[in-house]
Amino acid sequence: MDSTAGAQGAADGPGKPRDRGLSAYRALPGVPDELVTPEGRLRPLWDPLIAHLQGLSDDALTRATGRADQYLRDSGVFYRQYGSGQSVERPWPLSHVPVLIDEADWAELTPALIQRADLLEAVMADLYGENRLVAEGHLPPSLVAGNPEWLRPLVGVRPASGHFLHFLAFEIGRGPDGRWWVLADRTQAPSGAGYALENRVATSRAYAEVFDGLNVHRLAGFFRDFRDGLLGLRDPRDGRVAILTPGPLNETYFEQAWIARYLGVSLVQGEDLTVSDGRLMVRTISGLRPLDVLWRRLDGSYADPLELNPASRIGTPGLVSVLRQGGLTMVNSLGSGVLETRALMAFLPNLARHLTGAALAMPNIATWWCGGAAERAQVMAAQDRLVLSPALGTGLPFDRQGESTATATLTPAALAARLAADGADLVAQEAVTLSTTPALIDGQIVPRPMSLRVFLARTPGGWQVMQGGFARIGASEDPTALAMQRGGSAADVWIVSKDEVPAVSMVAASGPYRRATPGALPARAADNLFWLGRYVERTEGLIRLLRARHIRLAEGGRAALPLQKQMDALLASYDVDGAVGLSPGLLDTLGAAVATAGQVRDRFSPDGWSALNDLDKSARRLAGKVAPGDDAARALSALLRKLAGFSGLVHENMYRFFGWRFLSIGRQLERGSAMSGVLAAFADAKAPAGSLDLCIELGDSVLTHRRRFSVGSSRETVIDLLALDPMNPRSLRHLIDALSEQVQALPGAATHGQLSDLGRAMLRTQVEIATATPESLTTQGLQDLRGALAGISDLLTEAYLR
Amino acid sequence: MTLYALRQTIRYTFNRPSGAGRQLFRVLPADLPGRQTVREARYAFAPDMAEHGAFTDFFGTRVIEAAMSPGLTRLDLTLEAVVERLADSEGPDLSPPLERLGAALAAQRDVGPRAPHHFTRASRRIAAAPAIAAFARAQTAPGQTVRSCVQALGQALHARMVFDAKATQVDTAPEAAFALGRGVCQDFAQIMVGGLRSLGVPAAYVAGYLRTLPPPGKPRLVGADAMHAWVRAWAGEEMGWVDYDPTNACFAGTDHIDVGFGRDYDDVAPVTGWLRLDGQQSGSHSVDIQSIGP
Repeated sequence: MDSTAGAQGAADGPGKPRDRGLSAYRALPGVPDELVTPEGRLRPLWDPLIAHLQGLSDDALTRATGRADQYLRDSGVFYRQYGSGQSVERPWPLSHVPVLIDEADWAELTPALIQRADLLEAVMADLYGENRLVAEGHLPPSLVAGNPEWLRPLVGVRPASGHFLHFLAFEIGRGPDGRWWVLADRTQAPSGAGYALENRVATSRAYAEVFDGLNVHRLAGFFRDFRDGLLGLRDPRDGRVAILTPGPLNETYFEQAWIARYLGVSLVQGEDLTVSDGRLMVRTISGLRPLDVLWRRLDGSYADPLELNPASRIGTPGLVSVLRQGGLTMVNSLGSGVLETRALMAFLPNLARHLTGAALAMPNIATWWCGGAAERAQVMAAQDRLVLSPALGTGLPFDRQGESTATATLTPAALAARLAADGADLVAQEAVTLSTTPALIDGQIVPRPMSLRVFLARTPGGWQVMQGGFARIGASEDPTALAMQRGGSAADVWIVSKDEVPAVSMVAASGPYRRATPGALPARAADNLFWLGRYVERTEGLIRLLRARHIRLAEGGRAALPLQKQMDALLASYDVDGAVGLSPGLLDTLGAAVATAGQVRDRFSPDGWSALNDLDKSARRLAGKVAPGDDAARALSALLRKLAGFSGLVHENMYRFFGWRFLSIGRQLERGSAMSGVLAAFADAKAPAGSLDLCIELGDSVLTHRRRFSVGSSRETVIDLLALDPMNPRSLRHLIDALSEQVQALPGAATHGQLSDLGRAMLRTQVEIATATPESLTTQGLQDLRGALAGISDLLTEAYLR
Repeated sequence: MTLYALRQTIRYTFNRPSGAGRQLFRVLPADLPGRQTVREARYAFAPDMAEHGAFTDFFGTRVIEAAMSPGLTRLDLTLEAVVERLADSEGPDLSPPLERLGAALAAQRDVGPRAPHHFTRASRRIAAAPAIAAFARAQTAPGQTVRSCVQALGQALHARMVFDAKATQVDTAPEAAFALGRGVCQDFAQIMVGGLRSLGVPAAYVAGYLRTLPPPGKPRLVGADAMHAWVRAWAGEEMGWVDYDPTNACFAGTDHIDVGFGRDYDDVAPVTGWLRLDGQQSGSHSVDIQSIGP
């Protein structure tokens, strides 16, 4: 705890334990609870955490949970929520009490989860192989042939790694007897492992002392072994591993970007990839680079518009062809979504005996496929306690938005009619009730229902179960699983050992240290960084121009009118209205910067992202409120300071490699183009009175001009300072020199001493500006320079960003 | 038996050089023991493609796969084949009554390419359409066998629809073409497939070729200028699959040359492609089939 918090705690009176609702804490009738036994005794496992919570003053507790929330906000943990046509980013709701599970209890789950993983692998191998399970009557053919997740082009395709499944999640819950049940299998592209890590960091910040004293198993070892497993599947000569994302609009994009950073692998989208000579390649700024292990976070049918869903805009044409030729390991294999089919749960108990020779060590929810007469009779007999759902659905028991019906709500005749008409498309499942775990609500500890998502990864040593997980905590006391769809929160899961747990890190333990070289930069990422640079710079330029415009409105009078008119014309060329307080055109440019940044969030710091969003929010908040003139000028100055904060964070902290170069090139090109535009408009001999001082103000060079030229401003002094002076960081000369330096450092800038087209255009422009004098650099010359910079932008795009 | 010489050219022209692309072609005649034998088949690209090959898809269709290098202004695929089409044995109607087909279907423990289970549900291009279902239902009589149902629906459809090459597009939905009462072989076949599925008859969409020049004294069949499409219906375990051509109101015979079958047009489209393109693309497609021997 930090010293301030300690001092505050002393003021509140330390050592006086608070009840925190514990004396009233009871397990709900017939529902097992993690904190207390059925007899109402506190489980000893929880003693240290409960004692800690009771020892904290209200203020100290608020600060502790605040630290966790602050961490999640600072690292930009969001999830995307869809609804009514719009999707918005929401802060992550964290339940501040972790779920504690004894290591010995957890160890009993492990073999059962591994058995299920092996069983699913065997079912998958059959469904995409010989299909003996159907031929021998273990599975109804319609569940396979009618299943949209059974991807026919993958039938007969053997996985290059020898395994179909590499990363799985199971949603589990405790039944009324306290035993764990599988509620759903997540085999397609399970999410949540990254969130589990984030919850861990946040929760351990809130209770650092308890966490350190409690021997909680670490999560890093699981990820390290999984990553090593992925790296081991590469072609040792030139192979690469990447995470395939559906893109920033996906609800779990944040997690994907985060986990890519954590594992140190690149995050790619379908359009980054292309197929060449039977291999999957990433388009990078250095050309095509082979990729041979892909952890996909998109649904299988979207992966290839040529052979799978033709409507997919996020896939890669030819991907299935690469798989057919054995040139790629897909984690998990395309088509693994078929294992999530709800009706499959009706058959897994028998399939377990048939395929593994043993009964399921952990049962799944009792499920009846209603396509058979015997099953329909059983469903009729158990009508009071079942839920009817689509047989081929894949949702979690609490994600079904209106697709399920409690059978008890139907009359027996209506149920019989529905089963007779659509039996083969329906499953009946036992209505699930969940167990409870403590949650902290308004400073009181109360029981709330929970389900647990556990993760399994195939590693060089076989299946490994994450020693922890992602818990979902219900919003109300109602323990029926269906109540979970009314929202809730997430909690960390602590597997507590009696003995000290080994500290693990992502870095491999043995071997000499080697500095890793950054991977090749995907062309799309480079394009986004380039445009991020341009948009941010354009925003800055527009803010300066608008501010100058509003200052003149406040101070000017009639004499300033011609200058204002000319300024408005320049602003209008950017779709910005100079007459209103904060023009929507400015917000559009800023919005474009935010959207572009969102595309490459894995490439710069969370602080930078927060700063940019903060700027955007402030601008939008101010937009409706400020009046033209002095008010607007002040607001624009405030925005300019925030923008400088973002620029500083990004420029000071970004790794000086290709990504940073494209960002810088974008800024320099935009700034150069804007400056030549300003000088052409306002340093012209026919420009209205006050124009030269405006140039100096826009170039942020008022003091320098005063120091260098004791006389007043003339066209010569302005052109010299803002166009030709190599020492002024805002002069065209300086910008073009810096730009040239960046361009020369890009891959392929020169081959065997021969300059590229881009290199030649750059050199010509550099010579042009270096040899100019204030007299020779005319307005036409400035306009030509602006054109040359646009040409350089096009050549750069052609060479690197396509 | 009839021996055919088949020649097909697919041509693309681009007004600006194309970018990179990838195409799948389903145009090679199928080798079907006892029904159709491919004596020889050759294809060539002009200009030659950097990367091409062939594979067999789930339903058994041979697919030509080609990666296009950027910079093309024209691309030709030429196919030449000699195909032997054997006559189907015109056996007795062994199909069960329509009412008993469901039980026969349930007994089929198979999800291989020729299993009927793939063809029972709505598919991407053939959604359930109440108007087509009602029309199909109206053509059946109690106790009628599946094979005669197929024939009755095919004849009724042929009587109702007008062949019109301009009325529909490749992506016209079956219910739209049905409401219009006009279309080409693709529309006829997809409407009939949807109708049969609504009756509980597994039905597939078949793509292939139709002889261009009629035998002496016989009329020229409609739809022979490009590729053709017809219907394959499952008529029970004993009878198996029967092929019916609703565009010409006949069971498919030695005039019909198979390329492949699937759930709808998407599974057997002659060209599926993806291409980066700045400018405009136009295409042409020509088919020529000659009977070269008995």
